[in-house]
Amino acid sequence: MSHIIIDRRKNSKGKSTTNRQRFLKRVKQQVNDAVKDVIRDGKIGDIVNSKDKKIKIPGKGLNQPTFGHSKDGGVRDTVRPGNKDFNQGDRIPRPEEGGGGTGGKKGSKDGIGEDEFSFSLTKEEFLDLFFEDLELPDMIKKNIAKLDEWEMQRAGFSVDGNQSRLNIKQSMRQARGRKIGLRSPKKRKLKKYEAELKLLKDSVTTYDEEKDAEITTRIAELEKLIATVKRQIKAIPFLDDMDLRYNRWEKVPIPTTQAVMFGIMDVSASMGEWEKEMAKRFFMLMLLFLHYNYERVDIVWIRHHMQAKEVDEDEFFHSKETGGTIVSSALELMHEVIKDRYPVESWNIFGCQISDGDNWYEDNVNAVEVLQNKILPLSQYFAYVEVDQRRAAGESDLWGPYESVKANSKKMEMSIVNDVTEIYPVFRKLFEKREV
Amino acid sequence: MIKVDSGQEWTFDKLNEIYAEIETIAKEKYDLNVYPNHLEVISSEQMLDAYSAVGLPIFYSHWTFGEQFIRELEAYRRGRMGLAYEIVINSSPCIAYLMEENTMMMQTLVIAHASFGHNTFFKNNYLFKQWTDAEGIIDYLKYAKKYIRKCEDRYGVNEVEAVLDAAHSLQVYGVDKYRRPSRISAATEEKNRKDRDAYVQQNLNVLWSTIPKGDTDVADVEEHFPSEPQENILYFIEKNAPRLDEWKREVIRIVRKISQYFHPQRQLQLMNEGCATFFHYKIMHDLYDKGIMTDGAMMEFLHSHTGVVKQPDFNHPHFSGINPYALGWAMYKDIERISMEPTEEDIAWFHNQDWVGNGDYIKNIKWAIENFKDESFIQQFLSPKIIRDFKLFNVRDDEDDPKLEVTGIHNTKGYKNIRDALAKQYNIGYKVPDIQVYDVDKWGDRSMTLRHYMVDGKPLDRESTVDTLRYISFLWGYDVKIDSVDENDEIRVGYQNYDQDTALDIFLEDN
Repeated sequence: MSHIIIDRRKNSKGKSTTNRQRFLKRVKQQVNDAVKDVIRDGKIGDIVNSKDKKIKIPGKGLNQPTFGHSKDGGVRDTVRPGNKDFNQGDRIPRPEEGGGGTGGKKGSKDGIGEDEFSFSLTKEEFLDLFFEDLELPDMIKKNIAKLDEWEMQRAGFSVDGNQSRLNIKQSMRQARGRKIGLRSPKKRKLKKYEAELKLLKDSVTTYDEEKDAEITTRIAELEKLIATVKRQIKAIPFLDDMDLRYNRWEKVPIPTTQAVMFGIMDVSASMGEWEKEMAKRFFMLMLLFLHYNYERVDIVWIRHHMQAKEVDEDEFFHSKETGGTIVSSALELMHEVIKDRYPVESWNIFGCQISDGDNWYEDNVNAVEVLQNKILPLSQYFAYVEVDQRRAAGESDLWGPYESVKANSKKMEMSIVNDVTEIYPVFRKLFEKREV
Repeated sequence: MIKVDSGQEWTFDKLNEIYAEIETIAKEKYDLNVYPNHLEVISSEQMLDAYSAVGLPIFYSHWTFGEQFIRELEAYRRGRMGLAYEIVINSSPCIAYLMEENTMMMQTLVIAHASFGHNTFFKNNYLFKQWTDAEGIIDYLKYAKKYIRKCEDRYGVNEVEAVLDAAHSLQVYGVDKYRRPSRISAATEEKNRKDRDAYVQQNLNVLWSTIPKGDTDVADVEEHFPSEPQENILYFIEKNAPRLDEWKREVIRIVRKISQYFHPQRQLQLMNEGCATFFHYKIMHDLYDKGIMTDGAMMEFLHSHTGVVKQPDFNHPHFSGINPYALGWAMYKDIERISMEPTEEDIAWFHNQDWVGNGDYIKNIKWAIENFKDESFIQQFLSPKIIRDFKLFNVRDDEDDPKLEVTGIHNTKGYKNIRDALAKQYNIGYKVPDIQVYDVDKWGDRSMTLRHYMVDGKPLDRESTVDTLRYISFLWGYDVKIDSVDENDEIRVGYQNYDQDTALDIFLEDN
């Protein structure tokens, strides 16, 4: 009899990944619905930041059907343990439908109710499902392609440049090369002269005065030549201007990966709880979507009635103020904030205004002016969503003027939400994939 | 000598040592006949992976395994469930998984339980011997995985999934209950498949030929096809469906073959778990007697063992049927007791059978392991003492009776009633509706009629039946209906696969 003990821990985990994906694909519709529920009930921060998304889907239809007996009908005996006080022949009233009396027979094996199945999606799975078939408007993609942001990148060396960018190592290397190059012919000459000189000096007298004199002259000549060459060698500079090398930098475009969203909401008296609730949900979607597309997302909350004010999230949704409505004030504030804090080169700017469409009649012109000339040129996208339970599109103060702006700009989209169920469809409409 | 202490970490050396100790006990004291053992150390994540593919080390991909995985993972994360100590595969060599998180005591327990308890049962039980080709299964699973992957590449994941879905819903009906399956092997499988394809096609052509063969054939129209009802629905479809691509036939065959592998398991849970538990309990005590297990380790073991064999009462919130570990272990222990020291009651109850009081409990237990399945095991060995210990009682639910009736309890009058009812409860033929292919309208619309032979008047569940019929119809290619017939062969209920609203749904009045 033999046995083997094998360490399998190094083998791949995640054998179930394929199966998991297939399951999610299978229940896509249910998961999509569940994801919407999460959006509806969750808090913005939780949804954006939490790692796993707990979702619940109906358990029905998850199991593969097979032939089975119905729960009742016919005659059936069941033996159970733990009798307390039953006696043979006892007659017991039939338990209510689904009552525990028949106990545990069809009960869920895993302790999870058959009618609901809850599990966690990873953030990636969640967002993939949620934003499937959605994309950033074309305009933005173009902008990314145009590459507004630049980055300096090293790009070799150059012979001129700022002293601060002097590359010493590279310069010394150049100098050394130059020195070797310039010295070697001279050194060769020097060697030759020295060898000849040595030979002449060591030679015995020839007993020929004429010849001896010739040698003496040659020696003097050689000594002079040697001195000259030595001087020349010494004269080669240790570091010459021509040796200097500077670090070269190049401007390289980088795609922008951060975005700022401006949430603009009308909090004048005409905006009730319902309208605010709609607004909240919409902003939430917007935020999630931006997080899905960008590495970093800032949010600026601007609420306005007659005056606009930048506030934090809590105040944005909860504090109450009343007054008339001047929309242009909010747009002006948005413009200022962009100029102060969000340079267009490095930020994708998204505007999202939610309002019931009321505005001072006199302000419409201003609002259109600011939106058209100040905001849109700086923004990637501006979405206007009108929330109203009663009115159809086009009946509000703002709708008409905004529509004229939209007609002139591809960066603007607008829509109306009459009912809570429309939030998600409207959002999808604003960001759906467009045919190019 | 090796010592196993409570909470002690394991090492590979210690595993080898303890394996040797256990093997000595298993061979010398209990003379256990086992397959060679493979012990594989895995992480808890890998354990979860293994769970989700019905415990098999290799399996093709399917969404239901993904669902299973997610369920296990959620339960595990919430701490609702500890991972099972072990998974053991009925193969030769017998593969058992040891989780790396287990303590040394736990690994010892798993080796005793799985590598000897289950292993000996796998190797010696008559149903496993007949049905399960332990040498071939791993190879076959490899072949299946490869073949299905190939189909997915060629025909698309969705196409393959549709066939698997349909075949899975019939997997219990992919077994010849009375015919011994042939051996399986991956190597010959690939070659055989090609021959099979050719043969099936030829056969189909004859089968579905509408060309008249001459005057003598007129009578054919009246003839039943199949001539006898067929219980293996998947097999019938695989061989006879008129318009099924070859690869789909092969996928059905794969599901069928794997289902066949599990067929004995469905009828042996009580006996198998009982056997493994009985021997681990014995072996752990032997190790303790030898001084290998310390008192602390023994406490740790007993704590875990007690949890496993706990049987909650019927009205307890944790009750979910009879615990096979509890009843199984109790019954094996009881065989030991009756072999050694039978009471008057035992002798009377078992009609003084040979084994009662013969003093050789190991021989008797081996005889039980080799020759019984859950149903017959209970019929043969359930003693009044066990019925009393478990306080078993039987409740009859008759649809014609407005009330439930207690027909037997743990007393002299009730023992036989309870033994018979409990045995029936473990009869797979009673649990799973008996459904067979009854007729195919060969000369007409080619629709298939299934027949459900009702037992004790139990009807089918309407919703799942209609859903399942749709799957069958998808494979068969034509409409499928099912009739439930009672003991007198009278049709009581019928369902069809198409359009639920107009489903044939006739309740015949009793007359």
